[in-house]
Amino acid sequence: MTLYIARRLVWTVVVVACVLAITFAVFYLLPAGDPALRFAGKNPTDAELALIHQRLGLDKPWYVQFGKFSKNFFVGDQFGWPGLGYTYAGQTSVKALIVQRAPRTLLLIAGAAILWLVVGVSIGVLSAVKRRTIVDRLAMGFALVGISTPVFWLGLMALYIFWRQLGWTGGTGYVSPIDSPTGFISHMILPWIVLALLYAAFYARMTRNNLLETLGEDYIRTARAKGLPERTVIFKHGLRASLTPIVTMFGLDIALLVGGAIITESVFNIQGLGYLAINSALQQDLPIVVGVVLLGSVAVALANLIVDILYAFIDPRVRYA
Amino acid sequence: MSTSHDGTLLDVRGLTVRFPTSDGVVQAVSDVSFSLSRGETLGVVGESGSGKSVSNLAIMGLLNRQRTAISGQVEFMGRDLLTLPPDDLRHIRGKDIAMVFQDPFACLHPMYRVGAQIAEAVTAHQDVSKDAAWARAVELLDHVGIPNAKSRARDYPHQFSGGMRQRAMIAMALVHNPSILICDEPTTALDVTVQAQIIELIEEVKREFDIGVILVTHDLGVVAETANAVMVMYAGRIMEYGPARQIFEQPQHPYTWGLLDSMPSIERRLTALVPIEGSPPSLLAPPPGCPFHPRCRYRFEPCPVDRPPLVSPLPEAHPDACHLAWDEKVREGAKRSVTRLGDAA
Amino acid sequence: MSANGNLVEVENLTKRFAVKQGVFARGKTEVHAVEGINLTVRRGETLGIVGESGCGKSTTARLMLRLLDLTAGTVRFDGTDISTMSQRALRPLRREMQMIFQDPYSSLNPRKTVGQIVGAPFAIHGQKGAKTRVQELLETVGLSPEHYNRYPHEFSGGQRQRIGVARALALSPKLIVCDEPVSALDVSIQAQILNLLRNLQRDFNLTYVFISHDLSVIRQIADRIAVMYLGKIVELGDSESIYEHPKHPYTAALLSAVPRATSGGRERIVLSGDVPSPVDPPAACVFHPRCPRFHEGQCDVETPQLRELATGQSAACHYPLEKWPMTDDEIRQAEGAERVDRPHLEGTAHEL
Repeated sequence: MTLYIARRLVWTVVVVACVLAITFAVFYLLPAGDPALRFAGKNPTDAELALIHQRLGLDKPWYVQFGKFSKNFFVGDQFGWPGLGYTYAGQTSVKALIVQRAPRTLLLIAGAAILWLVVGVSIGVLSAVKRRTIVDRLAMGFALVGISTPVFWLGLMALYIFWRQLGWTGGTGYVSPIDSPTGFISHMILPWIVLALLYAAFYARMTRNNLLETLGEDYIRTARAKGLPERTVIFKHGLRASLTPIVTMFGLDIALLVGGAIITESVFNIQGLGYLAINSALQQDLPIVVGVVLLGSVAVALANLIVDILYAFIDPRVRYA
Repeated sequence: MSTSHDGTLLDVRGLTVRFPTSDGVVQAVSDVSFSLSRGETLGVVGESGSGKSVSNLAIMGLLNRQRTAISGQVEFMGRDLLTLPPDDLRHIRGKDIAMVFQDPFACLHPMYRVGAQIAEAVTAHQDVSKDAAWARAVELLDHVGIPNAKSRARDYPHQFSGGMRQRAMIAMALVHNPSILICDEPTTALDVTVQAQIIELIEEVKREFDIGVILVTHDLGVVAETANAVMVMYAGRIMEYGPARQIFEQPQHPYTWGLLDSMPSIERRLTALVPIEGSPPSLLAPPPGCPFHPRCRYRFEPCPVDRPPLVSPLPEAHPDACHLAWDEKVREGAKRSVTRLGDAA
Repeated sequence: MSANGNLVEVENLTKRFAVKQGVFARGKTEVHAVEGINLTVRRGETLGIVGESGCGKSTTARLMLRLLDLTAGTVRFDGTDISTMSQRALRPLRREMQMIFQDPYSSLNPRKTVGQIVGAPFAIHGQKGAKTRVQELLETVGLSPEHYNRYPHEFSGGQRQRIGVARALALSPKLIVCDEPVSALDVSIQAQILNLLRNLQRDFNLTYVFISHDLSVIRQIADRIAVMYLGKIVELGDSESIYEHPKHPYTAALLSAVPRATSGGRERIVLSGDVPSPVDPPAACVFHPRCPRFHEGQCDVETPQLRELATGQSAACHYPLEKWPMTDDEIRQAEGAERVDRPHLEGTAHEL
């Protein structure tokens, strides 16, 4: 088991290194324009541009840039480890910026994830158990609505109704839980629900289908033949076996949201990582984009590792393979 | 564990199972009646779709009640299992009536230890500690011939071979000393040498625990070696039902003859096998009259019209469902007469 | 070469599968699927290969057809060495060797009509007048020519196996490998297909390699038999000789284990334990850990070669059976060697 984890960790490093290379290639070798132009003021002279190039390191050949970039990433720079460099715009540390924004995104994801997992799996189990009844139809109707409703529309409607009209919740923006716990919750409740809704719908459908498939297995019949109560049959024998794909999805979904909760963050003006990344991309502030992408890919790689380890705990066949 | 004085454990009368589907009603089991006594092995023989497995699932209450129409009576210890509330039936299932299924690869939960799955069967009907349940599981695994039962109990099913899994299934069935053991094709998925081990184990278990065994199989050889009584089923109905000795020495139904004729013999190479022509009928629309008549070489006028009832043609004969004259049944049956191994010894 | 009586000649046939253990794992683990098999298939005969699951019988057949690549050894088909031929070079030979599979449900493409399925070989090998030919074939295998435009799901299991047979027959092959062709069928249907295969062999002078785990089925169809255990042939010979007087203890155990409706006056030889893993097969005689005639110091040291016995069959055993049937006790007392008592690992019940 330890060997397995060690092996997987090595792989994670390899994957991150590859992502690093690809990210570098995409953003540094194929830029949409010369980033230096943005900082040189109007009608820059060649000398000014050259100076900026030099300051940003853009005057070196690409492999030198990549070498420095990788070295900084793995060893650290003046802002510590991992070295992500500084922004073009403010010449401030990318790392500091990410550290400042990350908690917002992570708290958004955490709250939404708990919500969608609980709601989604419950609805899925309910509709599998009450298959072909009105409960099942309602649940699957909800899933369909949840999957097909655009997040930005749902976000705006939620804001309009619950903030502007009813005044039940806080509005847009982010309030730190340290400054005001109630303000934090009041501002986060709508983003949580809106983000969770889509995923809850997916998870409900997935749970229902997996569980129905599992309940048709021979070992479920064995469990019933033992005389176990139906509840044990469904929750212990059925749900356990249908949990594996859900765990996989859950890990990956969370990881993907690290840099990908863009719409929710934008609608609710929570200036998290996704929001940061999209704005920086628009302003061609490439080091920030690279930083967020790297963080996202590390998150995905780690999530994969955690999922695989969980897998081994859930399914002994994996453990002893 | 009280039973009626004549030793009858199970009395099934007029069991009928229907599955409504979008294409029509599947007439899976029609008017099946039989009984099982202590120490008896009832062999239920038939091909796929004959209703042999479905009738046992119906008895065990393992068919989805919402999607199945079941009628008839299944009397066990003075109670009708078909009208019992689900929760009461659950207390009989796995305790008084236990079941072993065909595919030991699919019948154990892949994510729980073998010992835990057996221990779970213990605690399902008995208020004992986890340790006691586990000890009972180990004891039973040892009893059914799993070597190093104590450590093997901690294994997961995929670490067991097919034969060991089937032994574990039998151990699980024996947890509460049931009075009836239903084995649904218990050896079909196993290799022949392992199959022999499992058949012997079931026989041992029957003798030791003095229980009644229902053995569902398509293999006449298995039945011939183990059963006291045989029920031959076709298209959801009983074709012939009687003591095993009679069924093999003097089979009365053309379908049984067909089965015996088409069985490849290991004793000698036959110049030509005699198959039953055609295929089993659709249970959505079984043929009128005798369900076997379209494939029967002995059919005559009444067969496509009147369904022959399951009756004994003579007091000393066993019941069959066939219009043929008794003389012909005797003549044709005698050609297929088989002296069973157990009878020869 | 092709003038001799053998259609297939197999020498030292060996197949090992590497078992993947993970990216950084060192040391390859191999499954010894088939180990050094020598075998001939004579023209016009049916060679039965029998054994329990995992014994390598299907792998052997697939190697003969070069559906798998050989690890070692040679396969000659109709005088041509095909062991290392490229798949491209093999193509003209492919039409002469066909296969029928166990599961008539999954080996037919559900989206193609029977006509397309049976006619596919004509299309692949480019022949005209396919439709009439296909309809003739359908009649040959006992289906109606009107079935041409139907789909597989409209047929019963037995009929689907007939379609599989028709497809195999399409290009008038010399060799047909039947891999458990009746195992998924009901008894009454089994007999239909076995009769069909027998009649086709007579009519078209076919050669069969017939794989089955069912000894009764093999007895009905095979002229000669190879009994396999853990990747090796343990006994080889005429069907009659092997069924009437098996020489290898494993063959004997197999035969005695078959439940039968008829009387036999035999005693069942119960083998202890399970088949060992083909990843790490036992040394010397692969059967020795389960063998009732095991002799320490010989069976686990010296590999028995397949050798010809007076009875017209060969067995790979140091202590072939003297007679048949034998009781369990007689089997344990081999002539000319000390008996070693070993407790049964399985099959013994203890008091509760």
